[in-house]
Amino acid sequence: MEPTLLKSKALPRFDIIFTCGVAFLVALWAIFATSHAEDVGMTVHGWIFLGAAIMAALGLVFTAHGTALQNDPSTYSDGVIRFGVIASTFWGIVGMLVGVVIASQLAYPDMLYFKDFGFLNFGRLRPLHTSAVIFAFGGNVLLATSFYVVQRTCRARLFGGMLPWFVFWGYQLFIVLAATGYLLGVTSGQEYAEPTWHVDLWLTVVWVAYLLVFLGTLWKRKEPHIYVANWFYLAFIVTIAMLHVVNNLAVPTSAFATTSYPLFGGVQNALTQWWYGHNAVGFFLTAGFLAIMYYFIPKQVNRPVYSYQLSIVHFWALIFIYIWAGPHHLHYTALPQWAQTLGMTFSIILWMPSWGGMINGLMTLSGAWDKLRTDPVLRMFVASLAFYGMSTFEGPVMSVRAVNSLSHYTDWTIGHVHSGALGWVGMVSFGALYALTPWLWKRERLYSLKLVEMHFWLSTIGILFYISSMWVSGIQQGLMWRSYNEFGFLTYSFVETVKAMHLPYIVRAIGGLLYLIGTCIMAYNLWRTIDGAVAKKEPLTLANPNLVPAE
Amino acid sequence: MLFKNHGIIERNSMILLVGILLVVSIGGIVQIAPLFRIEQTIEKVDGVRPYTPLELAGRGVYIREGCYTCHSQMIRPLRDEIERYGHYSLAAESMYDHPFQWGSKRTGPDLARVGGRYSDAWHVQHLINPRSVVPESIMPPYAFLEGREIGIKDVVDKHIVAQTRVGVPYTQADIDNAKTDLMAQADPNADSEGLQSRYGGKVTVRDFDGDPSKVTEMDALVAYLQVLGTMVDFKTYEPMKAENLR
Repeated sequence: MEPTLLKSKALPRFDIIFTCGVAFLVALWAIFATSHAEDVGMTVHGWIFLGAAIMAALGLVFTAHGTALQNDPSTYSDGVIRFGVIASTFWGIVGMLVGVVIASQLAYPDMLYFKDFGFLNFGRLRPLHTSAVIFAFGGNVLLATSFYVVQRTCRARLFGGMLPWFVFWGYQLFIVLAATGYLLGVTSGQEYAEPTWHVDLWLTVVWVAYLLVFLGTLWKRKEPHIYVANWFYLAFIVTIAMLHVVNNLAVPTSAFATTSYPLFGGVQNALTQWWYGHNAVGFFLTAGFLAIMYYFIPKQVNRPVYSYQLSIVHFWALIFIYIWAGPHHLHYTALPQWAQTLGMTFSIILWMPSWGGMINGLMTLSGAWDKLRTDPVLRMFVASLAFYGMSTFEGPVMSVRAVNSLSHYTDWTIGHVHSGALGWVGMVSFGALYALTPWLWKRERLYSLKLVEMHFWLSTIGILFYISSMWVSGIQQGLMWRSYNEFGFLTYSFVETVKAMHLPYIVRAIGGLLYLIGTCIMAYNLWRTIDGAVAKKEPLTLANPNLVPAE
Repeated sequence: MLFKNHGIIERNSMILLVGILLVVSIGGIVQIAPLFRIEQTIEKVDGVRPYTPLELAGRGVYIREGCYTCHSQMIRPLRDEIERYGHYSLAAESMYDHPFQWGSKRTGPDLARVGGRYSDAWHVQHLINPRSVVPESIMPPYAFLEGREIGIKDVVDKHIVAQTRVGVPYTQADIDNAKTDLMAQADPNADSEGLQSRYGGKVTVRDFDGDPSKVTEMDALVAYLQVLGTMVDFKTYEPMKAENLR
């Protein structure tokens, strides 16, 4: 231990030099951006960048005297993960709240649009919702869990001294820039890739630092093998880097304007965008969260992963096949048909490796299924895998061209996305946050398992409201669009199909609201746990089978 | 055998990293690279031109407000869509669209051929208060576009330069005259001869928003909506010709 410690002291602290250098360059550019900005968005972003650089400098100065910058290799670096847990919860609530707002706007447009507040219109809030839940909530869960898992499975402290802190705060800065941008109308106009060129550049810097922290920790590992969860994390980090850089290639109109034009146009832009878009699902929302599954489920049931061979086969098959599936978003469009067929074929094949992951997770419970009765956190994980299995079956079905001709452009797609996002991504994240909080704050247990139980049922019922209302509205609207009357004319005008959506839209908003309430209950529970409180009347587990019937 | 040797990958992070990179690159390369052979991807049609500066500014408003989150611009070759919206969309029609705006959801109707379907006054009224003309509509109001000067009015030439850098065939004359062309298209009294010589005689020159005192974002957005889907001359397009099948 001693020699390593001495060695690390003798080396110049590249992590601090790097952070200072980045903060300095950002501040320099931001000063020009605020004074030369060609649009309001750039002025605001210039000030945000400048504020972030100043805060980074102050943070460095004030932590330099304390122990925060010390890098003791004999301990895990968990401070940044604690921040990650709190940030995940915070952004989760923000993102879901915006979701409930825009869902309600579609049900009650007259009450929820304001003539003088155009920035609250659906078109600007919708990217805010999608980015907040995917990148802010999901991204922070991935950052926090990957930092936790890679340290434990490598038995090594996070690489890079304060670099993990740079990654965490840099990522929050990215979120704030993207979110303020959307409200100001700063967008690149490509779905799920809406941040503009300067925000994209910033994310690239942060992402390279993230890759470095993760890889560096793997290099330092004291375990000979790299654990399966880390394969998935690595695939997620590397592939997202590739997708992000290629899909966001653009020419800005000026160094101090937020506007830019993407390098690819028309059909090439469309396929690149959905190659990105579908693999944001495949690698951000699937590979990354499968990594969570591969660590937290075995931990929670205290059993090894069901099959090593299955994890190898489904890992390589999943990452190979996912990349091909993008064109199923472009069925019957001007994309050449061979590309559509290729995308459809691979989407159907993708069903198998997806279920490989589900089977490997569920079968890990073999011999421990009784724990479902007593452990509501485990129930979160199992429900998430069930929703994962359901939506990875629905996806291949919808990728078939004939089915897609009905489902495309309708709410069925929205329902499908949410069964994956609320059911799989959301619930596996909640499970991980419930597990992490007592571990990170060294608490014996969660504040209240009954509240977890309540959260579980609220979110499950919320999801069911959500997806069933979207099946109804999607299939109904698809059928109405193609309906002919006995004279051979189209039966319905477009707006008649909009009118028919009113009731499902109300049900959908209620479903989303239930889900949001569940998340707020989780936030309360986590806060009380961190606070050190324990609900006195509750036993350590929900042991009474009368209270919690086994499913 | 396979499982035995997998241990090598599991013990070497760099082999794992390179392996992942190789495996995830293949699909994208096979699907995306061939599309850049334009002659196999984009049909041969007459009439598609780059947007005029005013239309480009309107397109900027369309993107800024996130219209693509509810409106598609891609008519599929299905009977009901062709009867509802018009001829199915061709790849050629969006070849100068950076970014493309095909969309993925129709909370509102497709807009690929909305150009010329409604009057300017209808569009203005509909944008100010959608429910005043379509009572069941759930679209947000865009009254703030009225009277608001075009944000990129003074830098529109820079936008056209950036467009040329990504491959849109604007000429030097288009760049030099961008600012005057932008103003001229919304002013029926202005000299629009230059504009029409550069972008073709079909370019509509009108006071789109009915407010002659200034050129507004409403002018720009309506000008953009009115050109959507009107460029291709379908009289000269032969869909079954071998070069147009893909």
